[in-house]
Amino acid sequence: MANRARAAYRRRAPGEPRALGYLYIAPALLVFVAMVIVPLGQSVWYSLFNWDGLSVATWVGVDNYTALFSDPTLRGPFLHALVLLVFYALLPISLGLLLAVVMSRVRVRGLTFFRTVLFLPQVLAMVVVAVTWRWIYAPTGLLNQALRLVGLGGLTASWLGSFSLALPAVGVAGTWVGFGLCMVLFLAGVQTVPRERYEAARLDGAGPWQEFRAVTLPALRPQIAVAATLTIVAGLRNFDLIYLTTAGGPGTSTAVPAYEVYHRAFEIGQVGSAAAVGIGLTVLIFALTVVVSRLVEGHE
Amino acid sequence: MTTTSPYSSRRALTSRALATIAVCGALALGACGAPGSGSSPHPKAKSPSSISTNPAKAGKVTLSVWDQEVRGGQNAEITQLNKEFSAKYPNVTIKRTSKSFSDLKTTLKLALSGNNPPDVVEANQGYPDMVAFVKAGMLLPLDAYAQAYGWTKRYPASLLALNKVSSDASHFGEGKLYGLSQMGEYVGVYYNKTTLKQLGLTPPTTWSELVADLSKIKAKGELPIQFGNLDKWPAIHTFGTIQAATAGKQDVRNLVFGTGHAAWTSAPSVQAAKTLQEWATKGYFPSGVNGVGYDDANKQFAHGKGVFEITGTWEAATLKGPMGSSLGLMPTPPGSKGLASTGGESLAFGVTSKSKTPDVAAAYIDFITNPHAADVMLRTGNLPAVPGQAASSLSSASLEGQMVAGWQKINSADGLVPYLDYSTPTFYDTITAALQDLIGGKSTPRQFTETLQADYSKFRQG
Repeated sequence: MANRARAAYRRRAPGEPRALGYLYIAPALLVFVAMVIVPLGQSVWYSLFNWDGLSVATWVGVDNYTALFSDPTLRGPFLHALVLLVFYALLPISLGLLLAVVMSRVRVRGLTFFRTVLFLPQVLAMVVVAVTWRWIYAPTGLLNQALRLVGLGGLTASWLGSFSLALPAVGVAGTWVGFGLCMVLFLAGVQTVPRERYEAARLDGAGPWQEFRAVTLPALRPQIAVAATLTIVAGLRNFDLIYLTTAGGPGTSTAVPAYEVYHRAFEIGQVGSAAAVGIGLTVLIFALTVVVSRLVEGHE
Repeated sequence: MTTTSPYSSRRALTSRALATIAVCGALALGACGAPGSGSSPHPKAKSPSSISTNPAKAGKVTLSVWDQEVRGGQNAEITQLNKEFSAKYPNVTIKRTSKSFSDLKTTLKLALSGNNPPDVVEANQGYPDMVAFVKAGMLLPLDAYAQAYGWTKRYPASLLALNKVSSDASHFGEGKLYGLSQMGEYVGVYYNKTTLKQLGLTPPTTWSELVADLSKIKAKGELPIQFGNLDKWPAIHTFGTIQAATAGKQDVRNLVFGTGHAAWTSAPSVQAAKTLQEWATKGYFPSGVNGVGYDDANKQFAHGKGVFEITGTWEAATLKGPMGSSLGLMPTPPGSKGLASTGGESLAFGVTSKSKTPDVAAAYIDFITNPHAADVMLRTGNLPAVPGQAASSLSSASLEGQMVAGWQKINSADGLVPYLDYSTPTFYDTITAALQDLIGGKSTPRQFTETLQADYSKFRQG
């Protein structure tokens, strides 16, 4: 026995990882397993049952998962979440890029001030944001007043009460929250680009657009990947903004999956279904994040 | 050997076994039974003769109570009643835990599933809470105590019914009693006395008078009904009020409690939906009503915009602040089928089945709902479920006087109809979304009632 152990020890090449390494990561690993992996496993387990959270559950297999596709009250929220990604991720990144490029090219007095103001929505509590936008969008609210003031009274609407406008309206509020973070990320990124590259581009006769495409955009790849991952994750798991502005209405036109998780688990006692929605959302977030890192970061 | 067993069930069994192995094995979860399989068997009810109604003889006990009476007047009444109970029975120590409604709702389930739950808990009526607790055997039936303490005489039948669950826990509204509520509430019609007088109108006494007033008010350029439905639930009360007046109390009760062969697609319910939609298209509500917040609508009404507002007694204090004596309140004016007003009662105080001192717990519940407690509640600005002596000293012109008188009128006429979202576990979602569709003109009254009926049939059959 001892000989064999010694033989195994000798066979290992110098510098090869040793089992001792696991001891070092054990404290963190234990916490991670107890706080993340085990609850995740429990959620998967619960999602295979029809359970009210109290009495004995009945086994339903993958029924809760097939319902994600077949039940319109569950399919709808997932579609809305994907539409909202345009507002929660795509628009903030585009706006952030634009602002970062403009701010880095144009020398304005009081740049720090503008940067702070534009970043402010990111700092506000979501409750404050939601209440503010409810006032802005109210039929007698700020937006309609402004429209009437400039003679566009015909465009006024009950923004959050309209079946077609409510989703984009909530989305715009999400854009407002998210673009500041993207802008700050990109500004930091732009400052690390060597000045020589811009000079070289200009010597070659590149205009602002070509300069952006050839120099700025490639240099910002890592920041764009980070911004995309952050905004997509935040967008998909966001429910406070929806819950506080429209509560999923009018009808079900702004319902999102993250709200369904809370609602089903705590309000109507469908713990199994809630777990399935949660797992579905996790898978979706995971898949999108992988896609982002492949596409933007260029990892194979 | 098992060739006779159907292939499909075998495959289901295999897939279940595989999933169990995958999940339990990979994650090394110790015990992997079906969730909730450790719950207790159904509690045995006591016989009235074995009950002790005198907590003084119970020896030294600690009574753990979970309530949600955290707001101003509610906290004041329960604090005072607890103090009086402790003074009367010094051997009983009350350990009170109070949480806001939503905090209680999310934590009570966990507390009840534990081995050491509180003795007295406040449970929300309806399928997701009280019925689920009863189904899991966590609450004690209180019928023997009701007999011993005479609760059936203290409370009107319609109020006791809300706290009853059928013996198979399939529905509520009848069966065994699982709790008592301290306070009452109803949805009524608030009116602005000043504007009404300016328009040359008097408060309507019947439903048809109210409907006639609406078109008169609109013709004179005023807003007939203040209303905001961005928060989705306020329309339950507006529709419920119209339905109560149109269909009558028996129809609505049959629908909500699932008694008889009632259907949401019946003519009176379709008619009520039609009325609601007409009120929206005729401009009796503010424009874009699905985009107006509930609190915003209340604020507008308090500042004179809108002659009527249909909402619950819980808004009385808020509206009275800015409106003062120009604010009036009445129960839903009676339609052709008599007085019927939507309403209910506060969460029910029940006894957990694992409580070691159920007799003391029941005595406590009796104490906080007796006529003296009713007076304490009234003095602290609440509407007691069964008003006591102090109610007669209120001025009939005051808002509080109107509110209490309206409540007594509803109960003496047996006119209380339950909240519509009690109908099925998912009815709140179904009806709130469907009402926004109806008010927004996205669905017809018939489609609206068909949506409700679909949810309803699914639950009744399942």
